Amino acid sequence: MADPGAPILELAGVNKSFGPVHVLHDVDFTVYPGQVTALIGDNGAGKSTLIKCVTGIYPVDTGEFRFNGSQIAVHGPKTAASLGIEVVYQDLALCDNLDIVQNMFLGREIKRAGFLDEGAMERKARETLASLSVRTVKSVRTPVSSLSGGQRQTVAIAKAVLWNSKVVMLDEPTAALGVAQTRQVLDLVRRLADQGLGVVLISHNMNDVIEVADRVCAMYLGRVAADVAIANLRPADAEQIMKDFGAGGPSEIHDRTRKRLVDLITSGRSGDIGLQATEA
Amino acid sequence: MSNTESTATTAASDFALDTQQQSLGTFFRNYLGRLKGGELGVLPAVLSIVVLGGLFTYATSSRTGKFLSLYNGANLVQQAAAVIMISVGVTFVLLLGEIDLAAGWTAGVTAGVLVTALQKGQPLIVAALMSFAAAAFLGFFTGYMVAKIGIPSFVVTLANFLIFQGILLLITGKKGTVQLTDKTVRAIMNKNMGTVSSWTFAALIVGGFAWNEFRKSQRDSATHPMIVAALKVLAIASAMIFITSVFARDRSKSETIKLIGFPIVIPVVVVIVALLTVLLTRTPYGRHLYATGGNTEAALRAGINVEWIRLSAFMMCALVAGFGGWLLASRAGSVDPQMGGNDTLLRAVGAAVIGGTSLFGGKGRLPNALLGGLALAMIENGLPLVGKAVPFGLVHIDFNESGIKYIASGSILFLAASLDALSRKRKG
Repeated sequence: MADPGAPILELAGVNKSFGPVHVLHDVDFTVYPGQVTALIGDNGAGKSTLIKCVTGIYPVDTGEFRFNGSQIAVHGPKTAASLGIEVVYQDLALCDNLDIVQNMFLGREIKRAGFLDEGAMERKARETLASLSVRTVKSVRTPVSSLSGGQRQTVAIAKAVLWNSKVVMLDEPTAALGVAQTRQVLDLVRRLADQGLGVVLISHNMNDVIEVADRVCAMYLGRVAADVAIANLRPADAEQIMKDFGAGGPSEIHDRTRKRLVDLITSGRSGDIGLQATEA
Repeated sequence: MSNTESTATTAASDFALDTQQQSLGTFFRNYLGRLKGGELGVLPAVLSIVVLGGLFTYATSSRTGKFLSLYNGANLVQQAAAVIMISVGVTFVLLLGEIDLAAGWTAGVTAGVLVTALQKGQPLIVAALMSFAAAAFLGFFTGYMVAKIGIPSFVVTLANFLIFQGILLLITGKKGTVQLTDKTVRAIMNKNMGTVSSWTFAALIVGGFAWNEFRKSQRDSATHPMIVAALKVLAIASAMIFITSVFARDRSKSETIKLIGFPIVIPVVVVIVALLTVLLTRTPYGRHLYATGGNTEAALRAGINVEWIRLSAFMMCALVAGFGGWLLASRAGSVDPQMGGNDTLLRAVGAAVIGGTSLFGGKGRLPNALLGGLALAMIENGLPLVGKAVPFGLVHIDFNESGIKYIASGSILFLAASLDALSRKRKG
């Protein structure tokens, strides 16, 4: 993996407690432009809390935020949105009774003399969907109620990138999707990164992570167990494996990488990567 | 970020429905598809009007008081107007999935304030402001209880049902009935426009409709084909010419009085409904109202001030229903402690639902309440004209009985609400 360059978003030493429960311990989290960073961890590891701290829904107890190199103070969801940080939540937050354009511009409608400028919004919606190579939607005036799960996910993602976003965080975008639709969404995730956005992918599906992510941030009991390039999790003796397993080589490498990811999630360490025994 | 060249080429192939010119055939196929998918729109209301109109016309064809007569047509409109106005108000809260059970009494209180102020010698403008201030306050109170305190609107407005009724009782005082003497207010329901104004009004309606349709089709010729727009305008124009020419004749039953032109209430209601429709469909406020009704969580995340939307919807409901109270008072010539009570609210909600507004929130259009209100008024108006009859030679029924009227109105409401619930089920 090439040098990822300067991070677009950097969190350092973030702590967060809910009453007596210490949910995030000195968490460092980095997002690079043009890369997909997978945020993995078991239920309760602190992924969702971390995301909500980034977007300003939860105030942090201690910790530093840097955006594009300069230190910032996140005061609430408005700060995150103004910086270009967007989240696509698992429930997508779309209005079934509105159409694609109305959903994409909800709360940020384009106005002309106080009235809605439907023409401008339609054009911009089409441009954005086309730039994401979305080919499955017949009309941007289709009501969301008649879209498939994959199409809804697509609309939610398009809504997030409509505003020249810099960082897009996706919360389990493929959890409820079938095989073909998962394919579409993963391709879309990759394209977002290729367009230069910093993409954060929260997922429980390690196959998806290995396929689409450049980096992995694994959380374990509120701590970051590992923050590494996915290439570093591939077995060091990959060439030997290819020789030994022949045609089965790639899938063996995939399986071993997958095993290491699962180890990071379940025990916080895998081989020389991860938390030290005393820490965990 | 996006490269415009590829955007242009992919857009041409992708959004087929948006970019390809639709023929008349595909337009109707799409419409049928929407119907099958549960998007009924105005269909139930239009069907009710056609079926009821046909039934009553047939049943009264041999009576002296015919349903299909010019005099009765004007009468019907005047009967429907107040309920339509209250119904339009209630639509604002129905769109949020809320209900205002006290909207009828809000109308009564507003009318009570107006009439009492006029009787105390206040000029009309002051009395009008006072009555709408009262309506706004009642709406604010309801909205505050629902949006800020968090009591379900069903409970809040059930309590208000009694409270507002009590306020109206106090306003009307011991005499029980307060006369409305102001000529301007009485004219709304009792006077007609005359020939010239009626034709001018008809021309404005057709012109406005045509401008709107052609603008839509100019902006987006694919989804709104010019041919469909032209057909729609043609239909509206011929309907308006027919209706206006009918109303332009004298429909008075006496020699000395002349009744010519549209009842004044028609342009008044049409203008108010048109303005409110623009508010709901062309402004961010309206968009946010629909969004809040469709998915409150999504609206919140989009940064919409959901509390304010809720509160303001109840205020809009009260203000518009309050004007419905004006119409009630104008028609009756007085305000009594029962004004806005009885079945007023049920008919207002019924009119909205028959017009295609969902009780589950997020779906519905204001102008459709006009059609729904007309359909319900036809029952009110038609049944007494039918009077005693023997349908299919089976049983003797006096259709003039209130019991029959209530059962018929209730059944229509059931039918419309079932369509609403079933179409929702169908969509999953």
